[in-house]
Amino acid sequence: MHQTNTKYYYPYISPFDPCPPIIRKSYSTPPQLYMGFQPTNLVQFNTAKEALFCGTLWPAFHDPYPPKEGREDN
Amino acid sequence: MNTPKQMPQAYYDLLEEIQAVDFVLVELNLYLDTHPNDTNAIEQFNQCTYESKKLKKQFEKQFGPLMHFGRSYSGYPWNWDDTPWPWQM
Amino acid sequence: MWYYEKKLQYPVRVRECNPQLAKYLIEQYGGADGELSAALRYLNQRYTIPNKVVGLLNDIGTEEFAHLEMIATMVYKLTKDATPEQMEKAGLAPHYANHDNALFYHNSAGNPWTATYIQSKGDPIADIYEDIAAEEKARATYQWIINLSDDPELNDSLKFLREREIIHSQRFREAAQMLIDEKDKKQFF
Repeated sequence: MHQTNTKYYYPYISPFDPCPPIIRKSYSTPPQLYMGFQPTNLVQFNTAKEALFCGTLWPAFHDPYPPKEGREDN
Repeated sequence: MNTPKQMPQAYYDLLEEIQAVDFVLVELNLYLDTHPNDTNAIEQFNQCTYESKKLKKQFEKQFGPLMHFGRSYSGYPWNWDDTPWPWQM
Repeated sequence: MWYYEKKLQYPVRVRECNPQLAKYLIEQYGGADGELSAALRYLNQRYTIPNKVVGLLNDIGTEEFAHLEMIATMVYKLTKDATPEQMEKAGLAPHYANHDNALFYHNSAGNPWTATYIQSKGDPIADIYEDIAAEEKARATYQWIINLSDDPELNDSLKFLREREIIHSQRFREAAQMLIDEKDKKQFF
């Protein structure tokens, strides 16, 4: 199964909503929700600096924010 | 007016190297707290510990103590409380 | 006991004097799901939880203090040398009237930090699930602050902190698994 770290949904839009509607909204579903007990020997970043700047030693946990696919659409 | 003290680029560079190794150590430490039998991770942890100690020795020789309460040697005069503190740099 | 190390866990750079951003960031300093709450929550729980997860609570609690220091650094840099006029423009006049530019453990809305932010039920499952929820709430708060901030260098540090919440959540999920396993996991590699 392909895992995504962002889910999208479409709230109900009423003709009487005062703010311009956001058609598509999103929420985060980061990797720890899918990992289970971390397996041993998970692939690591190549350098310590890369790990530092990504905030984790393992690319499988790296979850860039805001998401590349965008947060919401008008 | 006081001439402001400025740290050389080497200070920031070496500190960043220490931050990187120490970060790997934090990651491995938390991982080992839930995976106490992973020998590869323990070996990597010990290797990084060695690396971190080496870098800190080098840093402290140039820029003064990183730790207090006897975890680092002091210069003369007492240089533990020299600026900049981490939030100031 | 603890030793202090004269370095931040991650480099913090702030592009400009911006008290408005400091007002948002203070949520992670003295707010319900902030770093102070996190550190105190975990370090307090470690006394009454099974040995196999004590180390994890101790170590994540300790890392949270490094995060608290990063947030303090951001707030300090964003408001250092800010004039009373700048503080007022950022909606920080009430803060200034009481504290000048000093940091204070309160949230973005000005409510002082309170021990009621941290739960300790004494039930290992209840406490660890509380911790997982706390990490997800802190992750969400970082998202909302990143959405409000237009300082790319500050956001870099905030993204680091958001990623740490993900790792902490992962470890607490593993801790929950360890607590419900029938036998102590004996793994050999």
